Amino acid sequence: MIRNDYIPFPSKVLEVIRHTQIEYTFRMSFDGEVRPGQFFEVSIPKYGEAPISVSGIGPGFVDLTIRRVGKVTNEVFERYVGDSLLLRGPYGNGFDLNEYRGRELVVVAGGTGVSPVRGVIDHFGAHPEERKGMTIITGFKSVNDVLFKDDFKRWRQQMNVVLTLDAGEETPEHRIGLVTKFIPELELEDAASAVAIVVGPPAMMRFSVAALLERGFREENIWVSQERKMCCGLGKCGHCKIGDTYVCLDGPVFNYVKGKTLLD
Amino acid sequence: MGYRVSRETLDLWLATHAADYEIWAPHRFVGEGCFSDTDSVRYARVTKLEEIELKERSHYSFKEALTPASQTLFYFTQEACTEPEPPVKGAILLLRSCDLHALRRLDDMYLHNGPADYYYARLRERVKVVLLGCAASCESGFCVSMGTNVSENYDMSLDPVAGDFLVDCKDADWAAFFAARGCGEEPVTPAHVEENAVKVTVPEKLSPAVAKASLWNQYDKRCINCGRCNFVCPTCTCFTMQDLYYDENARLGERRRVWASCMVDGFTDVAGGGSYRKKNGERMRFKVLHKMLDYKQRKGYQMCVGCGRCDDVCPEYISFSGCVNHLDEAMKEVQGK
Ligand code: SF4
Ligand code: SF4
Ligand code: FES
Repeated sequence: MIRNDYIPFPSKVLEVIRHTQIEYTFRMSFDGEVRPGQFFEVSIPKYGEAPISVSGIGPGFVDLTIRRVGKVTNEVFERYVGDSLLLRGPYGNGFDLNEYRGRELVVVAGGTGVSPVRGVIDHFGAHPEERKGMTIITGFKSVNDVLFKDDFKRWRQQMNVVLTLDAGEETPEHRIGLVTKFIPELELEDAASAVAIVVGPPAMMRFSVAALLERGFREENIWVSQERKMCCGLGKCGHCKIGDTYVCLDGPVFNYVKGKTLLD
Repeated sequence: MGYRVSRETLDLWLATHAADYEIWAPHRFVGEGCFSDTDSVRYARVTKLEEIELKERSHYSFKEALTPASQTLFYFTQEACTEPEPPVKGAILLLRSCDLHALRRLDDMYLHNGPADYYYARLRERVKVVLLGCAASCESGFCVSMGTNVSENYDMSLDPVAGDFLVDCKDADWAAFFAARGCGEEPVTPAHVEENAVKVTVPEKLSPAVAKASLWNQYDKRCINCGRCNFVCPTCTCFTMQDLYYDENARLGERRRVWASCMVDGFTDVAGGGSYRKKNGERMRFKVLHKMLDYKQRKGYQMCVGCGRCDDVCPEYISFSGCVNHLDEAMKEVQGK
């Protein structure tokens, strides 16, 4: 008998973490296998479904960081601890940590793009023996838009952290400027063998990858995660198709050698 | 096994099988065509021979029999989601050769692109196919160019010949039905065409680079992104989820999937307001390359079956086959030759 993948399952809201006015993390009960970079379809009857990346994974839960935009995500904001949400998933390939083991690692993430890589950062932050040097360059619009503030405290102990704001005043914690500005100054042992992960809005990804290549990274050592309108998550609805690729099945994480061919 | 079957016997066959199957066949809806004073030929459930349009190729494809334009996936209450009852009957589809080839593409999308689709699979197991022979080519089809003019994987074929019908029956029970009613045995090869008025050539070296050609720009204004070309296409499968709710508080309702079109606004919108392919020319390029390039890269054979329906339905007289025939030039343009 074929499984009915369209029927969602209820998942309890265990905790709600407010990052900003419009961005909350919902800690949701979940017991199955899941990887950073995968996504769930979160549904609220009446409003429909939205694809949300997993921003954290732990025993019996997943974190879903949801931004208050669009119809679906607004309704979600009225749910609190004890309520439940209907989920389907996880979908997509997610990040394969083995690709980064034993290597020098750079993560460049913009805005909500930090969500899908948060699990990767956490893992290699907690396991420095599994990698060489590590730097994260994360960009947000302003100081009020910074996500995962508590995580940054921990990450600063574990790796090089560049936290930059598009505009505002420089502080001991915040640099000013787009993420791309900090790529040329990356201190690396060997750019040619270092690996990088880039996640964020399309233009930010384009310029960041260009800057990494300029800095000496190899195309095959760069991974990107694509944002698309994922609707079914099952390779059926066609909304996520780019060329011969279905982002929901084959991605959303792509090695740049493949990722650079995904144009539309 | 081939038989010569009379109208009466075929009607009896239809009536008998209508008990266990929805029989889907082309049906003429008089005066309902897109253009004034024209009829629309669409698939409908039939039980009698007289309801079947045997001559003209249908304007809409058979796909609604397997993937309805709007299909309820489940009903929800606050606590639970419940599936609708499975279909009671199986389905017999009367298909021309191009459409029988299209069925393979639907199968590949719904059963083999990612996990198998529950709703499609449970009906598909109970589908049988009757091939409608094509004694002459339709006007706009290019099945010969696409290699879809001949079909062999049918349960039965059906060709009207001089007041009777010739059938080639691969289904043993159906063969027994005709044999028991005294139908004469004779060798039968379903009629098929060897040449169409429309021919297309897909350049062998077609590549995604053709996206940069100027060819696509002309569609920015000409195409009005109505999406009809997708809705009539037997190989277009895209859908969008839609929730309907029955009460004010949205505690009771249903989720449906409805046909979607890559030509229509909103297809690529992401939460937060981003969208891709805003120009109609970009959408035309996306559709044409899906049909003639991307699908083949993924599955090993072309998606378009050359039925010609998209050309017939377009209110702006945009020709898909015409566009395909410009791909060669467009490739040369981007390669700077
Ligand atoms: S090509 Fe024709 S049928 Fe298709 S969307 Fe454009 S105007 Fe409509
Ligand atoms: S693209 Fe046009 S000709 Fe090809 S299968 Fe679809 S409707 Fe038929
Ligand atoms: S999200 Fe439906 S095919 Fe990928």
